[in-house]
This record gives sequence, structure tokens and C-alpha cells, in this order.
Amino acid sequence: MTTAAAVVAEEPRLHYLNESYGVRSWLLTTDHKRVGLLYLISLTGAFFVGGFFAVMLRLELLTPAGDLLQAETYNKFFTMHGVIMVFFFLVPSIPAVLGNFVLPLMIGARDVAFPRLNLLSWYLYVLGASFTTYAVVTGGVDTGWTFYTPYSTMSSTTQVMPTAIGIFIVGFSSILTGLNFVVTIHRMRAPGLTWFRLPLFVWSLYGTSLIQILATPVLAITVMLLGLERLLHVGIFDPALGGDPVLFQHLFWFYSHPAVYIMILPGMGVISELVTCFARKRIFGYHYVAFSSIAIAVFGFLVWGHHLFVAGQSVYAAMVFSLLSYLVAIPSAVKVFNWTATLHKGTIEFRTPLLYALGFIGLFTIGGLTGLFLASLGMDVHVTDTYFVIAHFHYIMVGGMVMGYMGGVHYWWPKISGRMYPEGWGRLAALIIFIGFNLTFFPQFILGYLGMPRRYHAYPDEFQVLNVMSTAGASILGVGYLLPMIYLLWSLRYGEPAGNNPWDATGLEWRTPSPPPRDNFATAPTVSGEPYAYPGREPVHG
Amino acid sequence: MAEHAAAVAHQFDDAEQQRGAAELGMWIFLATEVMFFGGMFTAFTAYRWLYPAAFAHASRHLDVLLGGTNTIVLIGSSLTMVLAVHGAREGHRRSLLVCLALTMLLGGVFLGIKAIEWTHKWEDGLVPGLRFTLTGADAGPQELFFFLYFAMTGVHALHLIIGIGVVGVILALAWRGHYTAEYHNPVEVTGLYWHFVDIVWIFLLPMLYLIGRHGP
Repeated sequence: MTTAAAVVAEEPRLHYLNESYGVRSWLLTTDHKRVGLLYLISLTGAFFVGGFFAVMLRLELLTPAGDLLQAETYNKFFTMHGVIMVFFFLVPSIPAVLGNFVLPLMIGARDVAFPRLNLLSWYLYVLGASFTTYAVVTGGVDTGWTFYTPYSTMSSTTQVMPTAIGIFIVGFSSILTGLNFVVTIHRMRAPGLTWFRLPLFVWSLYGTSLIQILATPVLAITVMLLGLERLLHVGIFDPALGGDPVLFQHLFWFYSHPAVYIMILPGMGVISELVTCFARKRIFGYHYVAFSSIAIAVFGFLVWGHHLFVAGQSVYAAMVFSLLSYLVAIPSAVKVFNWTATLHKGTIEFRTPLLYALGFIGLFTIGGLTGLFLASLGMDVHVTDTYFVIAHFHYIMVGGMVMGYMGGVHYWWPKISGRMYPEGWGRLAALIIFIGFNLTFFPQFILGYLGMPRRYHAYPDEFQVLNVMSTAGASILGVGYLLPMIYLLWSLRYGEPAGNNPWDATGLEWRTPSPPPRDNFATAPTVSGEPYAYPGREPVHG
Repeated sequence: MAEHAAAVAHQFDDAEQQRGAAELGMWIFLATEVMFFGGMFTAFTAYRWLYPAAFAHASRHLDVLLGGTNTIVLIGSSLTMVLAVHGAREGHRRSLLVCLALTMLLGGVFLGIKAIEWTHKWEDGLVPGLRFTLTGADAGPQELFFFLYFAMTGVHALHLIIGIGVVGVILALAWRGHYTAEYHNPVEVTGLYWHFVDIVWIFLLPMLYLIGRHGP
């Protein structure tokens, strides 16, 4: 603290971090900023636990023989990797951490509409995570994150029930966050902040929240029926009674496909903020970007059947689902083209957040285009349940969502902590993550196309070169994720003080001090213009 | 916050904003509930379409008289709930208290009748997994019917129990004079919830008790 002596000499300003101290003041907080940080800490834990399982999977796949993990252990590890990453990291990630922190700031509100409900969401998350942790430490679960029946209800002898209860509970955390955000966006906007003056991140959170509200309850009831069936050894998905396991798949994917958009939409919102800020230009086609978020949310509900192309659903249903799945490409492409057009002739600053944004745009495009392969009926049959699907999914989720999350964390870190992260280290980590990511997952496209199936701990010798590349990439990726962990913590004490608006950005969140005071704004802000009033459309030469 | 009226939480600018947020929040919550029950309605519809004859047989085991009586009881409770909300709006403390108590009572009557029905099903051996004694060619699909019957009426009853609990809390707060003609959001949103639980039953009754028995 000796270096900070000069700062301490000034009048200490009260803000949300120093207005009260102690564990109690955090565990009973209703401040959306503190709740966001509680999520940040819990989600970082979940991310590294899920990451540990990923590392073990990749180590096993280093050699063709199943030598490091037994087949049963491998089944458990990929299941727990999927469950933890999907339900306990990706779904809550950007909404619960960044959304919680910046949404009220962005719309000029003192807090979300229901602050106590917001804290309850976090406790539900922790409770759900506890059940799942219990399942993990008492032997794990091996059904795959999809819990397909009848294996999950009749055959599996692993900890299906505690995992299912954990997912049921964490679902309500997600629902309540969505509910809170929709009401907040509808009712808590600052005077003058009309719908078309909202930052695009808010639009994307709105679309995300709609999905959370309408899709998650279906997961809850499906998991509940699954639990009842497992408990009573009789149930509605049981073929012995004439029940239909495919009905489980319909209900499961009715949530889990829209859930993919819960995971990617907020990332897209973050990218819209980053691209316009670091190109110093207005966003290109604001209305199109805003409505594409809503369009993705709506289309997302109509395409779940493309997970059932080989499950025995009607061929006519499959044709309709295939066609509808292609439709999702339209709003997704609208976003990519608009970001690109925003960058065109912008005054670009290659700061860390923008590096993540550029990574997002490239990787999401690859992930999205390979999604079209999977939406086509013939091609999908060839690559179903192969590493092609794994690679596609990870290009969207890790190459897209995690990139967006990292970009957003860096962008708003000065606001959250009041300190700048070290820019050089930030850029280096972004680069390492980009390289490591591509080395990990690009070979998996080829592996899948060549026919390597997912969920096996052993494989034929001819796949080894590509698998070694993938494992090597995963270790680089691991280093890339550890670096920000270290330097962001370092910056809490040693980072440069950030000032109110280190990026010279336009959003309302930058009009208040960093870190913000408990009630966000000293005087309630009013809004009189567009959200992205950056210097202009013309490039600055020279 | 000093400038705010006592009943307005710090994050809101005024009572009107708070009222709007509470109401919208409850409507959205009810939308999630529709989706929650929707999963079971979908499953029921799918199986009824697959096994129309078995579902018709199974449906004839249900007691229309008890189900019908319960419908009237529940609609009656919605009436008393409406009157409670009206009492709150007008600032009539006595009618608010009496109507809330009646609502709880009618909810309790519904649960009592439901318990009698469930006991009959237990005695007749119609409880899947625990005591299911039907045999014959379509016993399997009939067991599916009763699985869904218990899942749906069970989840509905759970919602009603929660509803009675919430109305109880509202009643206690109203007793202590928390609500005025100006501030009674909790009464309003509890009313919305109560009506929703009522409406779910209005769909369950024909689906489980009525349509089936006129099938093949």
C-alpha cells in the first residue's frame, strides 16, 4: 500500500466496495454490483472445475489406447465437463456477472427492479451447484449432459438424482435473473432513454431473458418427470409402458436448443459494445442489430428438432426443422456484417477487449457456418455424434461466448475494480487464447469429418496426430485462461487508477465514478440522444 | 432514501413505478408457470393421441362428481380473491381480511377433496410405481395416464399449498394494517397468482376427467 499513499491522502470516496466490509455485508447484499461479483467468483470456480475435466479428457485422448482413464471414468468426466460448463458457467456467465453489474448502470437505474430476488438467484445458483458438487464428489454421473432416457432413468447406477436436482434448482436461478432483467429494462430506464436509445447489450440481454423465462421452465418440468421416473421406476418416458424416450428428447431440446442462444446472445451484445467503442464509430445498422437479437430469440424456439434428425422423428418434421434452422443464420449474419461494417474505416485501437471481439467475430463465423452443415439433413447424418459436432459447438460456445465474456470482463474491469488491467499482458493472453483455441478445436472438425465418434476414450491409430494437436492446443488454451486470472487479481492492488471513463466510451455506465457509488449515480442521469455518439463516420487520417 | 415515501423501495422513483414493476414481474412469472405446466400438457396430449382407447378407459376411473365439486370450490375462491383485491383497493380492511380468510378456507376445501380422490385411487390400486394393480393389454398406457394424472394434479396442489401460504402471509400483514388504498401491490399480485392456479385447474378438469370418458 505504500505506493498508494498519495491516493490515500486525498479525500476517500465512498463506493460500493468500501461502503461496508465483512463477509456478512457481501452475503446479505442486495446491491446488483456486489451480486455480480459474487457470481464472478462462483462462476470462475465452476469454470476451472469444468476446465479440469476438459484437461483430463484431452490428456486421455493423447494416445489411441484408453490408458489414463477407464471407459466408465471417461464417461463421467465428459458428463461432468458438460454439466458444469453448460449449466453452471455458460448459461449464467455474461447475464449473471456482466449483466448484473452493468445493466442498471447502462439504463441509469439505482438497482435492478427486485434486488432481493437478485440475491436469491445467486443463492439458488449456489444451492444447485452444491447438489451437483455432491454428485461429483460421491462418484459422478455418466449419462452425458443430455440425460437421455431410458439410460438415465432405468440403467445408469451413477449419481443422476443429485445432478438432476442441481440442474432443476439452478434453472430457477436463471429464470429469476431473466424475470428481473425484463422488468428492469421495462420499468427502470432513465428519463429519455427510449427503446431505440438503449445500448445493444441491453437489447441482447432482453432477448436472452425472454428465452430464460420461456424455455427454462420446460427443462425444470422435464427434469422433474425424469426424477420421478427414476425414483418410482415407472414413468412416462419408459418404453416398457409404451412411453416414448423421443418425447424426452423433444422436451429436453425445447429448452436446450434455445439455451444455446441464452449462451451466445449476451456475447453478441458485448461484441456490439466493444466494436463501436474501439472503432470510435457509431454502430452500423443499430435497428437491425437490435432486432436480430429478438429474431434469434424467437427462431431459437422453433429449431429444437434438428437435434433429433437421427432419433426417429417424422421425416416431414425433420425437413421443417432443417429449414427453420437455416433461418437462424439470417439474424446471426446480420450481426456479423454489421460489426464488420462498423469496423470498416473506423479509427481502430487494438486494445485487449477489441482483440477478443475480433476473435469472437472470426470464430463465431466458423462456428455458425459449420452449423449450417449440421442443419442440412444429409450432411448431419454423416457427422452426427462425431467430433464435427463437438468442434462446431465449441466454436460457438468457447470461441464465441467465452471470448465475449473475456472481452466484456476486460472492458468493464476498470468500472468494476476502479483499476486498469496491464494492457500488454491482456493482449498477450488474448492472443494465446486465440491460438490455443484454434489448435484445440480446428483439428476436431477434421476428426469428425473423418468419422471419429464423440464420447469414446479410445480411438484408431490414424487419428492420433490430430488428437495430439488438439491436446497441445488445450494446454496452450489453459495457460491463456490462467493468465487473466493472475493479472486481473494483481491489478486490484497494483493497477493504474482507471478514472471514470478510460475508454472515452459513450454509455451511461461511464458517466459515474469507477468504482460506482452504492446507488450508482450521484444525480439521476437523463438521456437525450443516441447510444453510440462516437466522433463520426469518417476515418481520421494521419 | 429520505425523499421517498415509506412504502417505496429505494430502487424505485415512485409508487407508480413500483406498482408497475411488481405487476409486470408477476405476469412474467405466470408466463414461466404456463411453460412449466405446458411440458406436462404436451406429454399428455402426445400420449392421448398415441393411446386414445387406453386413456379413455383410464379417464373413466376418475370421479367427475368430486372433480366438478372442486371446480366450483376453486372458482368460488377466485371470487373471494377478487373481492379481497377490491376491498384492498377501496381501503376496506374488514372485507379484505374476511375475503382473504375465505380464500384460504376454500383452497383448503379443494385440497381436502383432492386428498379424498387420491385416497380412492390408492385403494383402487391406480398409483403408478407404488400400487398399480390394473392388468390387461392396455395397462401400460393406463399407467402412463395415471403417472401424468398424479404429476399434474400433484404439481397443481403444490401450487395451491404455496398459494394458501402466501395468502396467509398477506392476511397477517393486512391484519397489522400494512395495506392501504394507496399501497396494496402484494394483494394484487397474489390475486394474479391465485387466479392462475385456478385457471390451471380449469384446463385440468376437462382434459383429465371429461374429454377422455367420451373417447372410444
